[in-house]
Amino acid sequence: MKEESIQFTLNGKKTEITIDPTLTLLWVLRDQFGLTGTKYSCGSGYCGACTIIINNEAVRSCAMKVGEISGSEIITIEGLSNKEKLHPLQKAFVEKDALQCGFCTPGMIMNAYGLLLNNPEPTREEIIEGMEDNLCRCGAHIRIIEAIQAAGQEMKGGKKS
Amino acid sequence: MKRNSKKRGLATTKDKFEIKRRDFLTLLGGGVMVYFGTGNSSELLAMPLAQRRELSKDYNAFLRIDEDGTVHCHTGKIEMGQGPITSLPQQIADELDVDLESVKMVMGDTMLCPYDAGTWGSLTTREFSHYMRAAGAEARAVLLQLASEQLEVPVEDLGVNKGVISIKANPKKKVSYGELTKGQRIERFMDEKPPVKDHTQFHYVGQALLHSDGVLKVRGKAEFTGDLKLPGMVYAKVLRPPSHLSKLLSVDYSEAEKLEGIEVVRDEQLLAVLHELPDKAEEALAMIKAEYSPDDLDVDHHSIFEYLLNAPSDSQEVRSSGNLEDGKAISEEIIESEFHDGYVAHSPIEAHTALANWEGAKVTVWASAQSPFGLQDEIARTFEMELDDVRVISPFLGGGFGGKIYHPQGIEAARIAKLAQKPVMVAYTREEEFFMDYFRPAAVVKIKSGITKEGKIALWDFKQYFAGNRGSDTIYDVPNAKTTGIREKRGTPVHPFPTGAWRAPGNNTNTFARESQVDILAEKAGIDPVQFRLDNLADKKMIAVIEALAEKFDYTPKVGPSGRGIGMACGTDAGTWVAVMIEVKVDAKTGNVQPIRAVCSQDMGLCVNPQGSILQAESCVTMGMGYALSEDVEFKGGDVITSNFDSYQLPLFSWVPQTIDTVILDRQDQAPQGGGEPAIICMGGALANAIFDACGARVYQMPMTPERILEAIKGQP
Repeated sequence: MKEESIQFTLNGKKTEITIDPTLTLLWVLRDQFGLTGTKYSCGSGYCGACTIIINNEAVRSCAMKVGEISGSEIITIEGLSNKEKLHPLQKAFVEKDALQCGFCTPGMIMNAYGLLLNNPEPTREEIIEGMEDNLCRCGAHIRIIEAIQAAGQEMKGGKKS
Repeated sequence: MKRNSKKRGLATTKDKFEIKRRDFLTLLGGGVMVYFGTGNSSELLAMPLAQRRELSKDYNAFLRIDEDGTVHCHTGKIEMGQGPITSLPQQIADELDVDLESVKMVMGDTMLCPYDAGTWGSLTTREFSHYMRAAGAEARAVLLQLASEQLEVPVEDLGVNKGVISIKANPKKKVSYGELTKGQRIERFMDEKPPVKDHTQFHYVGQALLHSDGVLKVRGKAEFTGDLKLPGMVYAKVLRPPSHLSKLLSVDYSEAEKLEGIEVVRDEQLLAVLHELPDKAEEALAMIKAEYSPDDLDVDHHSIFEYLLNAPSDSQEVRSSGNLEDGKAISEEIIESEFHDGYVAHSPIEAHTALANWEGAKVTVWASAQSPFGLQDEIARTFEMELDDVRVISPFLGGGFGGKIYHPQGIEAARIAKLAQKPVMVAYTREEEFFMDYFRPAAVVKIKSGITKEGKIALWDFKQYFAGNRGSDTIYDVPNAKTTGIREKRGTPVHPFPTGAWRAPGNNTNTFARESQVDILAEKAGIDPVQFRLDNLADKKMIAVIEALAEKFDYTPKVGPSGRGIGMACGTDAGTWVAVMIEVKVDAKTGNVQPIRAVCSQDMGLCVNPQGSILQAESCVTMGMGYALSEDVEFKGGDVITSNFDSYQLPLFSWVPQTIDTVILDRQDQAPQGGGEPAIICMGGALANAIFDACGARVYQMPMTPERILEAIKGQP
């Protein structure tokens, strides 16, 4: 496929890349930009390990082509926090011990971020509904729910980073 | 860290360490102990590792102390979520009397770490940590000797605080560990090995600590194998057959080769396409036309149980007491049941991945492997190399659960990289992960049991087919009991694809069957199922665990089915006594099960990190809902039909009980036992019994899908 120039914003930085637009966004992020926090797991959009934020919506980067992101604003797990300070979601995941192997964690956090962007005060039921399609094999679910609740509280309190 | 190749031979000499080891046996309560396995992990011990090597007896292999006081703790164990990266430093910091923050873990690297067979069987704490703690205790004793010489006072006059040795009477006279070692190997050893600390001397052990790798992981900075990249590296996609029983007959990859940048390598049955972009390699793979020999095996996920019952097999008597005929004679009622359990996949979110890089005749392989040394053995054997020429590194693993004991991807990466003469990444797709997995075996359990008028179990004849013996022996006090294990006839594989160890191997199937049957007996006896268990137990540990469970749950006795949807199961695994009680709602129209709340109770001996142990219990409860309710591998012959998470249903957020409470009995004065696996064994039985208690329907087959529950509801008298 012929290469194209694609412009977008990646973690707050204006970015341009000349690339085959049919390549999978997930692999472009991992391979071309070295953003390996976004994980490959099922390759078909079923598990959410590759979740990133595009224009304030949580999306599955394994199910998108890089050509589709022209003009978009993209945030990956690496762009969620400032250099030193953790984002309230990251902090809550640490403090609630809401992870084990940590492989699904970036996708969980990014999906939760997308959820909170659209619903800053989700109920427990809304969190469950919003996270339902993100898979965790280690069984950290109950703590992930608590972490998202805690982060939502903190972000609502004006401590949004 | 220098490695001493002489340490690799199997130990034959009776040296001083043997005494130490007997002490460990005493500590462990007299279980059969080889350092890499206990009596029940026979399935694991049967693994085809090239050779068994001895764990290092030189404490320098485990520890290095830098001049700045940093303690590097080296272990062949790996971190896949169960938390040794947090709990091992707690123990070594206590043995050495150093600050926890100063301990840095170096894990899963065959060049830097002492030999270890692998991370499995809940053995890291209950077994390996004894050796690591002994190394710490010896290092501390040697450092005290060295300090005594330097400060010119007897050892008895010295004290240690946070890695600094000082004279008790004159604390200003002091020397730090770092000043003594200067990062060097210590060439002195204690003739008489000092004892490890006891529970009254612990500072960090017993403290509830968060994952020490949490910050790294929430930032997306924890390095997994697939995150690595080497200059010139290519992704390899391997051509897979449609069935495990098919052989490649002919292949045409001429179209694939025309794609720009594609390289094809072949070595007998192994054929791979390489490209620097995984998308392109995938595209090329899809263009290959291949012909395979047919798979005529007539068995699938429906007929497998009958197939197993008729398969060639060997029978093994696990235990026998009393006389089954006597048991029959004194029984008021005899109940016979047959339980089925389908194949279950490990499904770690990180699929098997490996990166291989040859430099001349040496190779380095990074792999998501639970046994880096096992993979090292296998690579050395495959290529007829010296072990020293093979380095395997296991970075963080994205889950293992027994599935990454098997590491075909590591061998494939090494073979392909050798053919291609460049660094090669083999990262399984989800479809490959399901195809290549060593499933938890499908199994059948037959139980014939009898109860007396008084509600005592008088007869127990338990026979498991292909589940494995772990957890098959009855935990109840039955005078006439027999446990039989039916296993594969040597050289006659019964399963159409590889099977292997899945978190608490054997025990999930066996406990499901036993605990379901016990509930059936309780119902027949007209006794509350919790009381019935207590009435039939002599094991004091189990009784204490169940009493703590019922108390935490605030359980009120009632004969089942009570309509409340409460069920329990108990058992032992990895040295731990465990019980789970769960409350569910069953939708009688759909057969859907909704867990409401769960309690786990366990006696795990010394609990190093209560936080980590609670997490593991929650993990077991949550993951265990999957094998109990939904996870089932579909197949036809050697063709694995299940290929992704759309058809293989893992537990979801909506399934999780609103609360999971864990009680860990205070046994800090006892030897530590397993924590990663035990609680999961209860989930099949607890859910089966809760479903029965909710709606009166008994389900004899796992997973207990809505369809099977509906069928059981309809089949009720």
